[in-house]
Amino acid sequence: MYTAIVFLPLLGFLIAGLFGRLIGPRPSEIVTTSFLFVSMVLAWIVFAGFWSGQSTLSVPVLGGWITSGALKIDWALRVDTLTAVMLVVVTTVSSLVHLYSIGYMHEDKSRPRFFAYLSLFTFAMLMLVTADNLLQMFFGWEGVGLASYLLIGFWYEKPSANAAAIKAFVVNRVGDFGFALGIFLVFVLTNSINFDQIFAAAPGLAHKTIHVFGHDMDAMTITCLLLFMGAMGKSAQFLLHTWLPDAMEGPTPVSALIHAATMVTAGVFMVARLSPLFEQAPVALSVVTVVGGLTAFFAATVGLVQNDIKRVIAYSTCSQLGYMFVGLGVGGYSLGVFHLFTHAFFKALLFLGAGSVIHAMHHEQDMRNMGGLAKKIPVTFLMMVAGTLALTGFPLTAGYFSKDAIIEASFASHRDGHFFAFLMITIAAGLTSFYSWLLIFMTFFGKPKWQAGAHGHNDHAHAAHHADAHHGEAHHVDPHESPNVMMIPLYCLAVGAIFAGLIFRHSFIGEGSAEFWKSALFFGPDNHILEQMEHVPHFVGLLPSILMVFGFLVAVYLYILAPGTATRWAETSPLLYRFLLNKWYFDELYDLIFVRPAFWIGRLLWRGGDQNIIDRFGPDGVAARVVDVTRSVVKLQTGYLYHYAFAMLIGVAAFVTYYLALGLH
Amino acid sequence: MFGFGILSGLVFLPLVGVAFIVALRGNDEASVNNARWAALITTLVDFLLSLYAYSKFDTTSAAFQLVEQKSWFGSGLVYKMGVDGISMPFVILTAFLMPICIIASWQSVTSRVKEYMIAFLVLETLMLGVFCALDLVLFYLFFEGGLIPMFLIIGIWGGKRRIYASFKFFLYTLLGSLLMLIAVMAMYGVAGTTDITVLLKTVFPSAMQKWLWLGFFASLAVKMPMWPVHTWLPDAHVEAPTAGSVILAGILLKMGGYGFLRFSLPMFPEASAYFAPLVFALSIVAIIYTSLVALVQEDMKKLIAYSSVAHMGFVTMGLFSMTEQGVQGAIFQMISHGLVSGALFLCVGVVYDRLHTREIAAYGGLVERMPLYAVVFMVFTMANVGLPGTSGFVGEFLTMLGTFRFNNWVAALAATGTILSAAYALYLYRRIIFGVLEKPALKAMLDLSPREIAILAPLLVLTIYYGVHPAPILDGTAASVAGLVQGYHTALATVVKTAALH
Repeated sequence: MYTAIVFLPLLGFLIAGLFGRLIGPRPSEIVTTSFLFVSMVLAWIVFAGFWSGQSTLSVPVLGGWITSGALKIDWALRVDTLTAVMLVVVTTVSSLVHLYSIGYMHEDKSRPRFFAYLSLFTFAMLMLVTADNLLQMFFGWEGVGLASYLLIGFWYEKPSANAAAIKAFVVNRVGDFGFALGIFLVFVLTNSINFDQIFAAAPGLAHKTIHVFGHDMDAMTITCLLLFMGAMGKSAQFLLHTWLPDAMEGPTPVSALIHAATMVTAGVFMVARLSPLFEQAPVALSVVTVVGGLTAFFAATVGLVQNDIKRVIAYSTCSQLGYMFVGLGVGGYSLGVFHLFTHAFFKALLFLGAGSVIHAMHHEQDMRNMGGLAKKIPVTFLMMVAGTLALTGFPLTAGYFSKDAIIEASFASHRDGHFFAFLMITIAAGLTSFYSWLLIFMTFFGKPKWQAGAHGHNDHAHAAHHADAHHGEAHHVDPHESPNVMMIPLYCLAVGAIFAGLIFRHSFIGEGSAEFWKSALFFGPDNHILEQMEHVPHFVGLLPSILMVFGFLVAVYLYILAPGTATRWAETSPLLYRFLLNKWYFDELYDLIFVRPAFWIGRLLWRGGDQNIIDRFGPDGVAARVVDVTRSVVKLQTGYLYHYAFAMLIGVAAFVTYYLALGLH
Repeated sequence: MFGFGILSGLVFLPLVGVAFIVALRGNDEASVNNARWAALITTLVDFLLSLYAYSKFDTTSAAFQLVEQKSWFGSGLVYKMGVDGISMPFVILTAFLMPICIIASWQSVTSRVKEYMIAFLVLETLMLGVFCALDLVLFYLFFEGGLIPMFLIIGIWGGKRRIYASFKFFLYTLLGSLLMLIAVMAMYGVAGTTDITVLLKTVFPSAMQKWLWLGFFASLAVKMPMWPVHTWLPDAHVEAPTAGSVILAGILLKMGGYGFLRFSLPMFPEASAYFAPLVFALSIVAIIYTSLVALVQEDMKKLIAYSSVAHMGFVTMGLFSMTEQGVQGAIFQMISHGLVSGALFLCVGVVYDRLHTREIAAYGGLVERMPLYAVVFMVFTMANVGLPGTSGFVGEFLTMLGTFRFNNWVAALAATGTILSAAYALYLYRRIIFGVLEKPALKAMLDLSPREIAILAPLLVLTIYYGVHPAPILDGTAASVAGLVQGYHTALATVVKTAALH
């Protein structure tokens, strides 16, 4: 059954990828989508087994991969509670996105390719979550990176899409650089990279030092930090986040699947999976906490001023990923995973809802050109509100349980950096509420701005990101509700966004969590975070809700009661506004210190190093002295092959003769 | 079998094809076609023969197998052939790539076809000879002899600057090999034989080892090529015809690595340990330097050539880590690079045949007209980038893993190469395949022809197969590599012990 879950998407990919043009778009869609639905049903069956406590860890081996000396790596499917949760998340969102895409992409000419990529992504993601060793995880890790690259650049005619695709791949590679070094270090420490062996060896390695990179360092700390670098890349954490907003160049269903619900949470999964390692490295966990907190805050501030509907949600994703890492960092691995689980539903819902809006607006993404859509597309509006409620943590929705739990845990924790993270994510909670409602108000309320010539706003840097696709001109249209094939996924996700927290809270982070997770997540003997967070002062528990209401009220004031205030604010503090609008100038900074120098040095080494130094003093210098010879040999072109053969023969003969003479005496 | 062994048959069979082509009279279309078919059939049979040899080969043993020996030129010199786990993969790789090269030249080479085919067949004999020879003189003959047909292939069937490129190629390799020749003679002076199996057991005095090592290094480093003696490679690649590039990248570069494995490491262990930091430094420079240079190239072939130098940096790094993972990774990387860079050059050849330019700027948006080509090119680009699941990953990973244990900094710096490789490879792909198809010359481009599919498909299948299941190569080399690594460390330990006694 596990094999079927993982390999059905691969089969779908192969069929749609290899024979897509042969069998046509519709069969490709049906094949990939139906395979995914089968996969999803099986995944829920597996999950039910773990939820009811009947299933236990199993690791069916598929075959050997790399064997070299002491290194032995197998292809295997490790399925425990953590994996089961991920299987459900991945297959559910993926199958719904497949279904949704049938409607969303119906005008595109290369649909088989699109569905093939989606299925390929799902396969790689499933390989990642079922990995039994670090290398298979790395395989899935880079595999999803490839699929993400292909899907971001799906509309290959657009230069911006191509640039975003390359950026995503290369920035992820920076993270993977750390991941790879982490794997090497694990191998040096434990002589294995299989989970069972390294988890067993981890306690013995606590407080051991290792001489690495010229210093004596705490072995587990440096290992975990390197591995976490990989997680930072994939999950778009602070400093390695720059690719995620640009990734919105891809079609919207892709953003929902890859850049919200699944791939970007791979880093969270990795830290949770490696909890036995991280548990031995308190310093690394503090770093995780601080980075998570910083990301949550940073992304929320940038989200405030974005005008592109998808970019707002993208920054919100970035911010929520920060929350998950804070949850992990304070030792509450199940908190991070729970937020991952609920976030998948409401964030996929928001993205697909945004897709429905974009679809209705004929590929307009700038919120300043929307407005008043609530009456035109009421169902989409309701779905978006459901997602927003869950995201902002409205009581009893999914986000309320998972997000507030992380805030409480960050307060209750005693680890270094916890209070900083607490502050950051609490402020971010208010900001999240503000920009999320802002999005709703700008899109669905107020006067419609889409009939009065939509192209008047070229005053900002990313005016280039206007249109999602090929439909440039059609703005004088009547917004319409999307077809059922797109709405049904929204309903399903809305159910999850509202109820997932209520239903699964008990198992994931409540009293039932020990039996639920069993050995899938490792809590050290001194780690009582789940208990501690129950005893935080009452105001801490209320704080997120208060801030949520506050953010909502500010948004109401700015965009409903006193429209125009926001613009005035922006004008009164242009520096801050520009700073936020330009995403804290990270892209410019990286361009200045990495991209340009790389090209500049490359050119210098090529022209200066290779041509002016090595060649000039090497072969060209020598050649200059034998230039006459060269000239005379130009005749080569017109000579006969026998001449060369003869010359060769003479050379060989001369050599052998010489050699014999030497050998004889 | 017929008075000679399988290996001799394997090595000299192409000469039978040569004899046949030489016997063909006339230069009309029919006889030219006959020459093509003769070359193809010869190389195919040779490939089958190499598979037969492999079936006779016991992968669990570290010893030389299929050995054949005849005295030659009287005293001291012997004709000795044999293979072990280290050379066997290269033999098969060579025999495998040759038919592909012949088919790739089927239409693109139109002048002097018979001579061209002869040059390739002679080249095959010489290359196979290098990997099979168990006598140092024999090895040297094959090793240097290989220069000549390659020199001719570039010089006669090459591009505009072919004379410059071929002479650059010749100068570099010739100067290196002269130093190697001196080392060979010195070794003969000490051991009294050129039999490699005996030399492997000979202990050379440590002062001498360093000189011998340097002598070999001069030649092998050029062949690899290592920085800073790499500048012949981009020019040679750019000017060589497609098949020439495939052989150059696929096989000739591997002779350098093979030489290190066969001579430098096992015969001069002390010197290897002594010079390892140098090799690491050059490898790291090669990886980072050439990756950056690759980033700014405007010529497709040059870009791939520079990326080859970077990939060979991983090989030398892995070899001199002298861990099992490092060495096995290096061998795997060489085989994988043979497939992948060979395929990339074929991919360049595909569009070059249509548009007759290698200028990257002349392309763009090809996916529109050539979707199949785009897929194939993508797979090989990803293999070049070292994506897990392709053969490119396994070698890179193992070399870095092996080196990390030995020296963290070296492995970490090498790992930055994986970031840069992603940058230059995807940047190349984007400029050629993606974008809007607006250049008029490109609008008439046709997708892959059946012949092109036939040559790219086996490479594609193997690239993915070895990425998912590298065991055939890794297991085949395991015993010999374990023996090599063990012998190396024993030798070093003995040196330390003797030093302690004094």
